[in-house]
Amino acid sequence: MSAVPATANNDLDLWLAQQTEKSLLRFLTCGSVDDGKSTLIGRLLYDSQLILDDQLASLKKESHNRTVGDEGIDFSLLVDGLVAEREQGITIDVAYRFFSTDKRKFIVADTPGHEQYTRNMATGASNAELALVLIDARKGVLTQTRRHSFILSLIGVKHVVLVVNKIDLVDYDQEVFDRIVADYRAFAAPLGFKTLAAVPVSALRGDNILRPSENTPWYDGDALVPYLETVDVAEDRTVQKFRFPVQWVNRPNLDFRGFSGTVASGAVKVGDEVLIASSRKPAVISRIVTMDGDLDRAIAGQAVTLVLDREVDISRGDVLTHPGETPDYSTQVQARIVWMNEEPAYPGRSYLLKIGAQTVPATITDLKFRTNVNTLEQTAATKIDLNEVATVTLATDKPIAFDPYAVNALTGGFILVDRISNATLGAGTIDFGLRRAQNLTYQSFDVNRTVRAQMKGQTPRILWFTGLSGSGKSSVANILEKRLTAEGKHAYILDGDNVRHGLNKDLGFTEAARVENIRRVAEVARLMADAGLIVLVSFISPFEKERRLAREIAGDIDFTEIYVDTPIEVCEARDPKGLYKRARAGEIKNFTGIDSPFEPPTNPELVLHGAEAEPLALADQLHGFLKL
Amino acid sequence: MDLNRLTHLQALEAESIEILREVAASFERPVMMYSIGKDSSVLLHLARKAFYPSKIPFPLLHVDTTFKFAEMIAFRDKTAEEYGFDLITHTNQDGVRDGINPFDHGSSRYTDIMKTAALRQALTAGQYDAAIGGARRDEEKSRAKERVFSHRNASHAWDPKNQRPELWRTFNTRLNPGESMRVFPISNWTELDVWTYIYSEQIPIVPLYFARPRPVVERSGTLIMVDDERLPLNPGETPREEVVRFRTLGCYPLTGAIRSDAADLPSIIMEMQASRTSEREGRLIDSDSVGSMEKKKQEGYF
Ligand SMILES: Nc1nc2c(ncn2[C@@H]2O[C@H](COP(=O)(O)OP(=O)(O)OP(=O)(O)O)[C@@H](O)[C@H]2O)c(=O)[nH]1
Ligand SMILES: [Mg+2]
Repeated sequence: MSAVPATANNDLDLWLAQQTEKSLLRFLTCGSVDDGKSTLIGRLLYDSQLILDDQLASLKKESHNRTVGDEGIDFSLLVDGLVAEREQGITIDVAYRFFSTDKRKFIVADTPGHEQYTRNMATGASNAELALVLIDARKGVLTQTRRHSFILSLIGVKHVVLVVNKIDLVDYDQEVFDRIVADYRAFAAPLGFKTLAAVPVSALRGDNILRPSENTPWYDGDALVPYLETVDVAEDRTVQKFRFPVQWVNRPNLDFRGFSGTVASGAVKVGDEVLIASSRKPAVISRIVTMDGDLDRAIAGQAVTLVLDREVDISRGDVLTHPGETPDYSTQVQARIVWMNEEPAYPGRSYLLKIGAQTVPATITDLKFRTNVNTLEQTAATKIDLNEVATVTLATDKPIAFDPYAVNALTGGFILVDRISNATLGAGTIDFGLRRAQNLTYQSFDVNRTVRAQMKGQTPRILWFTGLSGSGKSSVANILEKRLTAEGKHAYILDGDNVRHGLNKDLGFTEAARVENIRRVAEVARLMADAGLIVLVSFISPFEKERRLAREIAGDIDFTEIYVDTPIEVCEARDPKGLYKRARAGEIKNFTGIDSPFEPPTNPELVLHGAEAEPLALADQLHGFLKL
Repeated sequence: MDLNRLTHLQALEAESIEILREVAASFERPVMMYSIGKDSSVLLHLARKAFYPSKIPFPLLHVDTTFKFAEMIAFRDKTAEEYGFDLITHTNQDGVRDGINPFDHGSSRYTDIMKTAALRQALTAGQYDAAIGGARRDEEKSRAKERVFSHRNASHAWDPKNQRPELWRTFNTRLNPGESMRVFPISNWTELDVWTYIYSEQIPIVPLYFARPRPVVERSGTLIMVDDERLPLNPGETPREEVVRFRTLGCYPLTGAIRSDAADLPSIIMEMQASRTSEREGRLIDSDSVGSMEKKKQEGYF
């Protein structure tokens, strides 16, 4: 043997470069017990030729007396690695397996279907981007299928493949497949998965695993592996707000003080100003240190040590952020909890809450409701039992820095630990913060407008449009509503027409009826704003007195009166609903502008000139004025 | 290269560093198992990176069974000197006194006493509350099931049916008195990841991994290197020179060599790509019985 030719090196570098280009997909299998999850993973490993000769030999020996396919192997033995699992033929805990194809690398977590081990399924889901939800074609959607799907949505797994397995046992029947897929889609619709594909497979026989099967000519989708190789789950965490939870203070000697941790999201550069989430003290990044040399910039996922330009008090658990982008910092949050312990959770008990590098005592102060995993119904509860999911208010002894889980899983997910046994009791995801840490009082928390508005990330207000029929109120309101919705805001239009057809259909057009009409609408607008919405009221509301009444009813809710000032000639010429014509013909009585007066507002917050610009331009003008 | 995406190896490295830092920040007396193999070399490299510019804030522990390859011991001492970490070695003195060896007492009894019991002794004596190891989930079926932070009761036993849930990277590091944690920072690395990382980071490893002419005897299909005169030769057996290397390192009488020409890292990686057997095949102790690894772990082995 001699020195390896130089080309070996080059080949290797080329090959390594190709490996580097491959993306990684982390997924899990879940679903009800015995649906074939482990068999499927074993099959994937076998088909991608990952099972080596020595393993294969011992596998064949062990498969004796078990359900086997043509290969003579019980594939579940490849993943069910614990003695108890093999004896009982079930999966108890997650197995992590690794395989790769020419296109992608995969880390798969094979999780147990048995209800008793739901916590292990949650463990497997927490680091996955995609889930294979398995269903036994003979059994269809079961409670455990629903429970797992609900946990997936709670943990934020956004991509799902419904794997209808054991299709061989229903004679490759398309009807069975279609019915199961329809059932599942109906159930999963509210769970908010971004992608949901469905594949009929036989894990045991290998149908539709690597390539389309001849046994299912009616299925024209991708086989499972080709689908997994191409499905796009990428989420760019570097564009999110910068979060750096300090894990460890790095202090080798008196001249160096750095803060070691992993960038949870976003990116940071040398020279950036940063804030400490707890104290709001600022500092500037002076160095980003690694053993391979200093960096100019660190991005989400990188483990680095940050050095600041000044002495500031920072310890483990602190979170560094950019100014203006700070996380919530609060002692009360609303969260959803999956309970993982035999001993139920009760309000009033104290647990240890760990989020990022912060650990604090915490108490469930209010158990709002439990979610039934079968129906997704919310029911009242006094405790949370094993494997149940509940929505709660949590109070922490010290403020914690966090983001809503939907915004950032790494800064919004937490675990609860028993203060005596130190067991992990449950896991939770924060919906939103309830109280800023500034007022650290411990009154029980009231759901109020501020809280609801915070949930929606907006300031509730009432926009009251007044003007003649045909002046353009509704057009402007509609455009604005679309724009607000596109911006992620929650708005609702109350329009003369829709209200008069329902709530106020008992009211005519006499003066008394008009006042009552406006009073009711103003009350509804206030309730909606109180619920946190931006309410757009589009009513002719011709009388100054009524508009004042509406403003009074709004009370402390921000009330903006917008006068759409369009001359009657223009409105009459437009006559979109033919009402002016009918009023002129005497078919409609008390029509504003014809035989009933319109009192122009004396002090509106904004006047829009409906004859001079298109509704789009007017909506722009209004949007700019509102500074939403 | 995409500036906003980490490569697979970079992501693995960062994950491991985060785990190592979590150990240093959460435990009072952590220790890192140093077995001198390639996984330990990677672990050591990661620990140096995790705490730089500080020194590794915990000692490294080597359980010396007295039958390690001589080259391993030499490499260990050289590495400790070069990087200046705190090295603790422990040998089960009861075993030494009783002359325990793999030939007369069998591999399983020998491992029980010189490895598993020795480890328990060392961990108890040091009162370590966390022991970091270089095990990977792709190595063996029961390891594929183990948590990154793996809880051990006061007698160092693993309860595979009752592991703590482990969500995201939010690790429960809390212990009751007497309990301890085994921590596996490279859980999610594959054998290939380890080799490519060694290659790209130029991490020194024991030369036994590279093919060289070495004196071996062949016993029921396994090539055993005659590392010293303690290996009893069967009647008629004479060591012969063969070009071999090791995919995994342990006690020389229990570690099978493979015939190979791979004398440098690129060749090793290429060879591994083509291989149809697993690295554990060379380890005689794991194949004793189905579930033997799980059993050893329940008894306190890594
Ligand atoms: N005929 C047929 N049998 C299958 C198929 N997939 C799995 N099985 C059998 O179904 C049984 C259960 O399979 P497992 O893979 O252990 O099921 P699992 O979903 O992992 O079960 P748990 O992990 O315990 O929830 C075994 O006997 C398998 O051989 C299939 O596609 N066709
Ligand atoms: Mg299973």
